[in-house]
Amino acid sequence: MISRLTQGVPKRGWILLAMLLIALLVAPRFVNDYLLTVLILILYFAYTGQAWNIMMGFAGQLSLGHAIYVGLGAYTAAALYVHFGVGPWIGLLAAVPVAMACGAIIGFLAFRFGVAGVYFAILTIAFAEFARIGFDHIRYTGGSAGFFLPVAQYTTNDLWNLRGKPVMFYYVILALTVAAFMFCHVLLRSRIGYFWLAIREDEEAARALGIDTFRYKMIAVVISAGMTAVAGVFFAFYYNNLFPEQVFHISRSIELILAPIIGGIGTLFGPILGAFLLTGLSEAVTEVLHAIGFDFPGAKQVFYGICLLIVVVALPDGIWPWLVRRLGLERRP
Amino acid sequence: MSAFFAINGVSKRFRGLLAVDRVSCEVAKGEIFAVIGPNGAGKTTLFNMIAGALRPDEGQIAFQGERIEGLRPDEVCRRGIARTFQIVRPFPMLTVEDNVMVGALLRTPDVARASAQTHEVMRRLDLFDKRGRVAKSLTLPDRKRLEVARALATSPQLLLLDEVMAGLRPTETDRIVAILRELNAQGLTILLIEHVMRAVMALADRVLVLHHGAQIALGKPEAVTREPAVVESYLGVEAL
Amino acid sequence: MPVDIYLNVAVSGLLTGLVYGLMALGLSVIFGVVRVVNFAHGEMMTIAMYLAIVLFSAFKLDPLVMMVPIAGVLFALGYVMQAGLINPFVDRPEHSQFMLLVAVAIIMVNVLLLLFGPDARSVQTSYAFDSFAFGRIIVDATKVYAAGAAIVVSAALFAFFKFSHVGKAIRACADNYTGALVVGLDVKQLYALTFGLGAACVGAAGSMLVLIIDVTPPLGPQYTLLAFVIVIVGGLGSMPGALLGGVLIGMTEALAGLLFTPSAKSMFAFAILVLVLLFRPQGIMGKRAS
Repeated sequence: MISRLTQGVPKRGWILLAMLLIALLVAPRFVNDYLLTVLILILYFAYTGQAWNIMMGFAGQLSLGHAIYVGLGAYTAAALYVHFGVGPWIGLLAAVPVAMACGAIIGFLAFRFGVAGVYFAILTIAFAEFARIGFDHIRYTGGSAGFFLPVAQYTTNDLWNLRGKPVMFYYVILALTVAAFMFCHVLLRSRIGYFWLAIREDEEAARALGIDTFRYKMIAVVISAGMTAVAGVFFAFYYNNLFPEQVFHISRSIELILAPIIGGIGTLFGPILGAFLLTGLSEAVTEVLHAIGFDFPGAKQVFYGICLLIVVVALPDGIWPWLVRRLGLERRP
Repeated sequence: MSAFFAINGVSKRFRGLLAVDRVSCEVAKGEIFAVIGPNGAGKTTLFNMIAGALRPDEGQIAFQGERIEGLRPDEVCRRGIARTFQIVRPFPMLTVEDNVMVGALLRTPDVARASAQTHEVMRRLDLFDKRGRVAKSLTLPDRKRLEVARALATSPQLLLLDEVMAGLRPTETDRIVAILRELNAQGLTILLIEHVMRAVMALADRVLVLHHGAQIALGKPEAVTREPAVVESYLGVEAL
Repeated sequence: MPVDIYLNVAVSGLLTGLVYGLMALGLSVIFGVVRVVNFAHGEMMTIAMYLAIVLFSAFKLDPLVMMVPIAGVLFALGYVMQAGLINPFVDRPEHSQFMLLVAVAIIMVNVLLLLFGPDARSVQTSYAFDSFAFGRIIVDATKVYAAGAAIVVSAALFAFFKFSHVGKAIRACADNYTGALVVGLDVKQLYALTFGLGAACVGAAGSMLVLIIDVTPPLGPQYTLLAFVIVIVGGLGSMPGALLGGVLIGMTEALAGLLFTPSAKSMFAFAILVLVLLFRPQGIMGKRAS
């Protein structure tokens, strides 16, 4: 049985989950195009949040430069497609190892040299910034002017090349999110999951119990990086244009981690809940501001920031653990 | 050295302070060996060197014929030496059961089998009923038990206990003593740092006394506690 | 390229670097004492810069003269932030502190965006185009004045921490939290004061920087990052280190902009950061953690 605050799925949670999944599966029939794109965004953040969560929530390492893995995945797959006509599913086979290698380098440097906590976070920021500026100068992938994927048509769904209607992308990202959830669920209950939690809770005590903390931290970073790269590939083929300034920017990294932190670090539901709430909130605020005629640049973000502040101050563990307590989803042992 | 466990001429210096001064002793398999002495005598530093948390400046440490000084803490644990901390370090947000599981998973990668082992260890340490409680909500005696249970779950051959009786009431102390005796009877070698003389006299086969980092006595408890140097530096005449 | 150009650029970078150093000094003080990761540092400076701009365009008041009141306003802001919002977070995990200050930073940047719009603003003082010549080196007057002000403010801060009662109390908190409590220091108050002081530094730095660069709201996050780089490179807990780090980064940026492309300049700052984090994590002048 997994402990409370390091949530696996609480007993009655499985029912909720099933209901949610069914709702998501049939959603495209009932929502308009705009809402569909919103859902795609939500699932995208749920997926990347889950990937980031492995490093932070499970292994306790705060990465503030996760956009680098999205970017590396995106650019690798995009380059293969644009220059060699290689489809995204094959492109994955290159994109994921590239990101994993990057993660391995960052992890190795950090853990070998004892860079931890805030310093580790800043190291990750530095690498992402490096990539951002670096890619501005790489002609092969368009440089700062941008890299564009050719879009032949929007009407037929070409799953192999990921060209087609939003609905196709929706189901792809839904499948990815479900897979990520199941993957994390399995990991948490496995030996590696326990070791990660131990490292997160008290690294020295974990070492005293025979755990090779360097090795397991590296594994967390590499897995997290690889998973995030998959989102990068999706990103490239969904948006069809890549600009280093945007893709590697620190706001992307921060965006990515908002959902899991607000939802609840270290929990399985946290990133999903966080993604729904944050993106939903963001879109709702945009609508409201537009309706009352107050949509000046920055207005939405101020409101957003205030909501963020309130959640951080009032619910430091995130919303999911609070929700679990409130709804009594747990059976007390 | 063919002893089960031996330290030979081990020293540790912290800038100007000589914390451990050429300590040597051997521990036989199946023994319960106690290290006593006033605060600041170097006992925990010695333990830390054995457990791999610190590297000795001089000397060797050997376990079952293999030199282990300078190894990392996790490497030391994997070779069969488990330790507890003086100030207990449970994994605060994990349950009792999960805490012990982490230990059990070292030798038993299979989660189901490790779970069975965890249950057994928890029962031994009277923790089974509390297995679902989150570690940070436990009382001190239970945390100490958890600390021991977790270390025990790694199936060690040598267990290092650092002041595990501190802060316990006499009945709790007696209970832990009984548990340790049981474990020892089943083949576990125990090396313990203790201030609670009641426990030392009840458990130890032999005792090492440290003072200002140096060993001032080594032998059977009754003999050692009567030595003038020991009485003067640590025990006082009324202690027993 | 003739040596003159390198020299000019280097000196220019040095002067700007001193102002960066003052900004980083504020962060060093905050991080070193309160141990909170102030991810809103650059944003606070941006507030100060806009304040300076408003005062200048409305009342023609020179930013350097307005430095003191602006620093005062930022002091109050910092004090209130720490006392009202951040204090409970001092013991919380880093990611919590980070999120709190990111939220604050988001609010700050976007309020500025709402109020002032995204276009760049600047201050054109009467001496904006003056320059001084020292032999073959020509430097902008604005940079000289700004650097001079940075040195004065830094010196004042050093003196405060070294000689004043309150300054020593703050250093005590940084050195030994429990000890400070035990001797009866009101640590929470001192933390608020420290944050206020750090904010005041950043306020002063902002008033100086506004003479040198144009302001837009997104400048905030950029400078937060820069401040962290400088503090780490120069050495946490070392005030001269912050200034030294500032100068180093300022010069590196300037020279990198000259030798390579301007966009690559921050790359070098980050490269230095990575090297420091790996090989000398206590920074150039920091104390090695025991």
